[in-house]
Amino acid sequence: MTSPSGEPPVIQLSAVGYTYSGPPPVQALRPTDLVIRRGEHVAITGPSGSGKSTLLNLLGLLDRPTQGKLEIDGIDLGHASERDRAAVRARHIGFVFQSFHLLPHRSAIENVMLALVYANVPRRRRYAEAMSALGGVGLARKAYALPTALSGGERQRVAIARALVNRPSLLLCDEPTGNLDTTSTEELSDLLGALHGQGATLLVITHNPVVAARAQRQIRIRDGYLSEQGSALPQDPEMRRGQEDPETQEDPVAHYGEQNGSSHARQGG
Amino acid sequence: MRARVASRRRSVQTPSRFRLADLTGEAIAGVLQRPGRSALTALGTVAGIGGFVAIVALSQTAAGQIGKEFNVQDATQVTVTDTGARGSSVSRTMDFPMNADTLVDRIHGVLAAGVWWPVSGGNKSVTALPPSADGAKVGLPVTAASPGALTASDARLAAGVLFNQFHEATAQDVAVLGKTAAAQLGISSLVNEPAVFIGGQPFTVVGILADDPRLPLLNLGVTVPESAALRLWGPPQQGTTAQMLIHTKLGAAQVVAGQAAVALRPDNPKLLTATAPVNPAQLKKSVTASFNAVFLALAGVALVIGAVGIANTTLVAVLERSSEIGLRRALGARPRHIAIQFLAESTALGLFGGLLGSCLGVLVAIAVTISEHWTAILDTRIVFVAPAAGAVIGLLAGLYPALRASTIEPADALRR
Repeated sequence: MTSPSGEPPVIQLSAVGYTYSGPPPVQALRPTDLVIRRGEHVAITGPSGSGKSTLLNLLGLLDRPTQGKLEIDGIDLGHASERDRAAVRARHIGFVFQSFHLLPHRSAIENVMLALVYANVPRRRRYAEAMSALGGVGLARKAYALPTALSGGERQRVAIARALVNRPSLLLCDEPTGNLDTTSTEELSDLLGALHGQGATLLVITHNPVVAARAQRQIRIRDGYLSEQGSALPQDPEMRRGQEDPETQEDPVAHYGEQNGSSHARQGG
Repeated sequence: MRARVASRRRSVQTPSRFRLADLTGEAIAGVLQRPGRSALTALGTVAGIGGFVAIVALSQTAAGQIGKEFNVQDATQVTVTDTGARGSSVSRTMDFPMNADTLVDRIHGVLAAGVWWPVSGGNKSVTALPPSADGAKVGLPVTAASPGALTASDARLAAGVLFNQFHEATAQDVAVLGKTAAAQLGISSLVNEPAVFIGGQPFTVVGILADDPRLPLLNLGVTVPESAALRLWGPPQQGTTAQMLIHTKLGAAQVVAGQAAVALRPDNPKLLTATAPVNPAQLKKSVTASFNAVFLALAGVALVIGAVGIANTTLVAVLERSSEIGLRRALGARPRHIAIQFLAESTALGLFGGLLGSCLGVLVAIAVTISEHWTAILDTRIVFVAPAAGAVIGLLAGLYPALRASTIEPADALRR
């Protein structure tokens, strides 16, 4: 599945499912099709235990699907070697976690530079790139502060700078505002919106309806099933064409993973 | 942030890296970021390596000291003993020939030699007054000795002279008193040519000893020329043995001991037994070996404890830092990168412990050496080997925790 320009989607899932081996075995994600194109801002919502984190782990190559085909940037990585998956994580995927996952004994800039270590960026370039990323989230003046000296919102900004410093194809955010107060949540939402405006491909798992509402697409997951709710029009002309497709318009709530005989149309065809 | 995202693409085929410089930096940071824990963890290694260095240094120093003391006196002394295999018919003192001193003096490396034996009958009654007088009598050991024996024993005089070849050749009744004996007999000056009476027989006192390091018996009693003793009391009786004391040059004792019996009794050397001092080199080696065996075992136990401590702490660190492991995996670290990082940290801990232990071990060895007034001897190679040993211990101790760390699934780790 490629765009008319020949550029593959950032993410393409084809009948991807995940079953925890147990015992007893638990099918956390039903066989699912999903396409996320470059520049999209997608929110995934759902109750606890619905399979959100399982999906994120699969998309972030932190876990392997038990069935189906997972492609990132057109490369089949669902069953690739750990060497290749690690290389993609290092250079093509940025992670933002709810609990920030900053190393407590390292300064903000050292935390950001950590992402450059595994991406094989020469040491002489790391400082400048990390400082540039911190500047992008408005924290250049606190580059040498330890995480303990930063507010929750600032820590999450550091985490975003770390996620972006390698200029990834995809930014995966797992409850990025889960540990933030209202003000910080609004600021972070604005930042994510700004990133999207600059062309970032965002996939945000969130419980927060305000954060979810800012996404172009909202995908709801429940009991391992995905369903999409209509949202703002995509900025990508190709996506716009997709939205104007009569088949899609007839059924704006696209369903994913309907491998069980549902009549809902598949997305991204 | 302008056009940061997706503006640069790199080949998927280029694997993620963890350069040596980054690994070193992470290992050092891992140790320094938790200094208290690192110090406590390294304590076992510090104790083990410190003990190892101190023990090796002290054993070397002690062995050197043994050699030093040994060479001064004992290494220059040979004792020839009459085995008593024959009767006394052919010699004046059992199996020693009459000219024993002269025969042995001819051996190269001999400085002085002489025959001596305790006069039979145990302590004899000695008095400074004539037997007819009603004076106090003292029981003192009486020793017969040739002039050469007095010379060979390094006898030092407090007053007078030692008896000589003239006294010996003419069987003069002269005596040399030990320091203690002189005090017991109340003789402190030889100005009036005092005499002592041994079993009623008068002897003119010609000298008083200050010290006799090789024949301490002479300090306690009365020594008379062997010719006079033979004349008065005959050769050594049953239960006493004549001996020859030989004072050699340094390093000559072993050779002299090998030749003495033949020189004295070429007709039947087996009648005499020459005893050389223990070879200083062998003694040093023996002492070092026994010293090392015991204490190195203790140091080894300490090292094992240290290794277990590092392994345990590293394992706890792996469990504690599972979130960090998950993060690093998310950032592109491969399992081998995680493993090598924890290995490097445990190795750094071991190296740190080894360095500190080496310093402490050397300091302990020097402190003991100073307190004992010894000369410190330390093989400098040990100073380099010990920290390396600490690093190897850290490396081995980190193997299992590193393996555990590398097998943690990133998704699981990030959930913790």
